[in-house]
Amino acid sequence: MKVRWGVVSFPGSNDDDDALHLAADVLGHDAVRLWHKDADLKGVDIVILPGGFSYGDYLRCGAIARFSPVMQSIRAFADGGGLVLAICNGFQILCEAGLLPGALVRNRSLSFVCQDVAIRVDNAATKLTSQCREGEILDIPIKHGEGCYFADQATIDGLVANRQVLFHYADAQGVVSAEANPNGSLDSIAGVCNRAGNVFGMMPHPEHAVEKLLGSVDGLKLFLSLADAVSSGRGARASA
Amino acid sequence: MKARVYVTLKNGVLDPQGKAVAHGLHSLGFAEVEDVRIGKYMEVAIATGSRAEAESRVREMCQKLLANQVIEDFRFDLEGDGAS
Repeated sequence: MKVRWGVVSFPGSNDDDDALHLAADVLGHDAVRLWHKDADLKGVDIVILPGGFSYGDYLRCGAIARFSPVMQSIRAFADGGGLVLAICNGFQILCEAGLLPGALVRNRSLSFVCQDVAIRVDNAATKLTSQCREGEILDIPIKHGEGCYFADQATIDGLVANRQVLFHYADAQGVVSAEANPNGSLDSIAGVCNRAGNVFGMMPHPEHAVEKLLGSVDGLKLFLSLADAVSSGRGARASA
Repeated sequence: MKARVYVTLKNGVLDPQGKAVAHGLHSLGFAEVEDVRIGKYMEVAIATGSRAEAESRVREMCQKLLANQVIEDFRFDLEGDGAS
């Protein structure tokens, strides 16, 4: 079964083409661009909200994008069990929209960080991580100025209790430490999912780690996990 | 009517910008500076004659967009009146 991926383009998105390339050229699946003004999700199985600087990061990163017509459709798609992967600016948008818990604030260093990081898979039983092993280290790049994950303690406790923390920043041996935390995220959290387990947000860019040329292919496992969830009937297709 | 809206980071949310500015002030000899927190100030012009209505509408604007209540607090006053 050919999986159909939809990648949203907001004004200011800049990783949408990379995600489309991943889906169409690397995976050989169907890939369609979803324009932010268009509420039609074109019958996709999976929606990717890509990185970038939607609406110039005005007010707060992600604060304006959530009003786009496409976001109303994505909310309904997610409520119906549709699979949504939000990367970097996409993660910021879904936190602003309340589809994922918490918020992303200015990096503790105040610097924009652009580097390869190691992230540890802390729950391999989700639709995004089923092709990974628990504790596996993935080499995936980050590039952001506002990627410091924050939520109040009750929210963090809930995320941990429900196993919604999918990735932690770690060193190459998988040890979580302040030194291996590139942005000051609380508890070194690099990625989370919603309670229902169908909406995922992460600051690292798996779409930039899908070909040897890019230095790492570890990101592929996440996309293959999502595709597998669709193939095995654990997703929900958007109406065409 | 004009609303003056102040959005500030909640206590407990780290403010690295404020810390950097505090260091700058220390470098300039303002040794008495203990802490700096940076926020946002917005002016919202509203077409209404009713203060009560303006107050409830601005509060709603803050809750829905102007502040992200996961990380920020807000307060506001209406022009010519210090009450919020």
